[in-house]
Amino acid sequence: MLVVENLEVVYEDVILVLKGVSIEVPDGSIVALLGANGAGKTTVLRAITGLLDVHRGAITKGTVRLDGDPIDGLDAPAIVRAGVGQVMEGRRIFTEFSVEENLRVGGHLAPRGVVAERLERILELFPVLAERRKQIAGYLSGGEQQMLAIGRALMAEPRLLILDEPSLGLAPLVVQQIRDLIVRINEEGTSVLLVEQNANMALSIADHGYILETGKIVMDKPAAVLREDEDVREFYLGLREEGAGSMRDVKHYKRRKRWLS
Amino acid sequence: MEVLLPALVRGLGIGSTYALLAVSIVVIYRATEVVNFAQPALMILGAYFTSLFVTSIGLPFPVGVVAAMVAMAAVGALTERVAMRPLVGQPVFAAAMVTVGVLIVLTAVANRLIGPDILTVGDPWGLERLEFGTIAIFQVDVAKIVLSLGAIGAVGLLLKRSRIGLAMRATSLDQETALAQGVDVGRMFSLAWAMSAALAALAGMLIGTGAGGVEATTALVALKALPVIILGGIDSIQGAVVAGLVIGVAESLARAYQPEYAPWLGANFDIIVPYLVLIVSLMVRPYGLFGTPEVQRV
Ligand SMILES: Nc1ncnc2c1ncn2[C@@H]1O[C@H](COP(=O)(O)OP(=O)(O)O)[C@@H](O)[C@H]1O
Ligand SMILES: [Mg+2]
Repeated sequence: MLVVENLEVVYEDVILVLKGVSIEVPDGSIVALLGANGAGKTTVLRAITGLLDVHRGAITKGTVRLDGDPIDGLDAPAIVRAGVGQVMEGRRIFTEFSVEENLRVGGHLAPRGVVAERLERILELFPVLAERRKQIAGYLSGGEQQMLAIGRALMAEPRLLILDEPSLGLAPLVVQQIRDLIVRINEEGTSVLLVEQNANMALSIADHGYILETGKIVMDKPAAVLREDEDVREFYLGLREEGAGSMRDVKHYKRRKRWLS
Repeated sequence: MEVLLPALVRGLGIGSTYALLAVSIVVIYRATEVVNFAQPALMILGAYFTSLFVTSIGLPFPVGVVAAMVAMAAVGALTERVAMRPLVGQPVFAAAMVTVGVLIVLTAVANRLIGPDILTVGDPWGLERLEFGTIAIFQVDVAKIVLSLGAIGAVGLLLKRSRIGLAMRATSLDQETALAQGVDVGRMFSLAWAMSAALAALAGMLIGTGAGGVEATTALVALKALPVIILGGIDSIQGAVVAGLVIGVAESLARAYQPEYAPWLGANFDIIVPYLVLIVSLMVRPYGLFGTPEVQRV
């Protein structure tokens, strides 16, 4: 289980971006972390995976624990070794490498003996990648690149898979595929922390959801509850009941009060 | 033929050592995007260590060469750790300037170690020649070609085929993503410097063989690597090989024929030939012969 407690993160020593974020990812679950652009979602993930210092950021308060052991002091490779895999925002595949080379980099820390076997398993899971095994990854479509990024992360056989906006910029049909894939990966025993702006997709498969606003968690509820919550529906699912116009100001006030409390 | 063939072989010999030096710069550039100006000092120290191990201590020549390469690999890794690592995340221009500082420090060390003498590296070739009828070529040129291209091939193979080579290439493409896959990026930097310094050591030894000998000013030969990497494209090993050979052969042919056919160009004209080749080819291909364009989705 991943436990993030009271996390405070500062960039460049002065820019306070996370102001006491706490989230939990129980074993075997899918947890969604939602929020608008700039809320701090990626920063939470960087803090978990040891990539803050690349961005001149640092944890100034709080802890990150994996199964009780603190991992906030470890470097990125050590965190991968501890069983946390990630698919970074924007896919970040190695465009000049072949599909297979991309996957092999994902297996960098795997024991040498198992790499070939894992490679075959991943290619089985992603038939599109198997067809393009020797092709240069830069020429794959956006959806295929996302699958490659996910496959690459799976090469390390993580216990916890972290995905940063995997649906970004993909066609609805492809988003569906990615969604089904995440469900399948989860069913095979990997916990998932799913960061999304696309709340619709994330809440449809998550067990639990958090909503992050300007560095603070403003909602922390089971996904089923969030799916029905009016404010979430309005602001994150893009659904608004007709005829609610007259209540708008009141609701607006209520929402602000509750979310910023 | 009596002039052309030996001149060609001599050109390929010296050209392959230029290529070796250029590749040693490319290896660091690819890993860190830093142009390492300290390479001449690494080269001369490598020649010094070879001389120390073979001539002074009396190790067999091949053992001494390998030992010098290993010693220089350690020097390279240490230099990276001490001088370069603190600069990770700073502009690469700043890092390149620091390599100039490293050049100055290591050159001072080399001058101190070598002193005013001319060292010999104890190579088995000396001025031995292979005679084919009326054509005679120096063994040392053959040795330069075989060892340089062999070492470059080994590095290429390591980068292309091995797990560590893949991790190094991944690091050179996208450090953060490599980190996120569990690649210890800092170790890749050290490794690149170690490999580069070992290649430079080999180049230094080769330049010191035959009629060469090693003195403190031999380091200047390494400046020839600059036109080579510019011509070859600074991120390309193949480019460095082709450009190194082209420049070596051009230089050697100029030395062989220019005094006879174009004496009005003056003495020592061959020294500026690499730069002429560079200028002319950059007019045709401004990005070098082998600069890799980024793959983009269409
Ligand atoms: N390297 C950085 N230096 C300074 N500020 C940053 C850096 N990275 C992100 N930020 C700021 O932190 C805030 C949160 O960014 P981010 O975590 O990327 O949000 P999200 O992923 O939710 O869009 C934004 O205001 C962003 O401008
Ligand atoms: Mg983000």
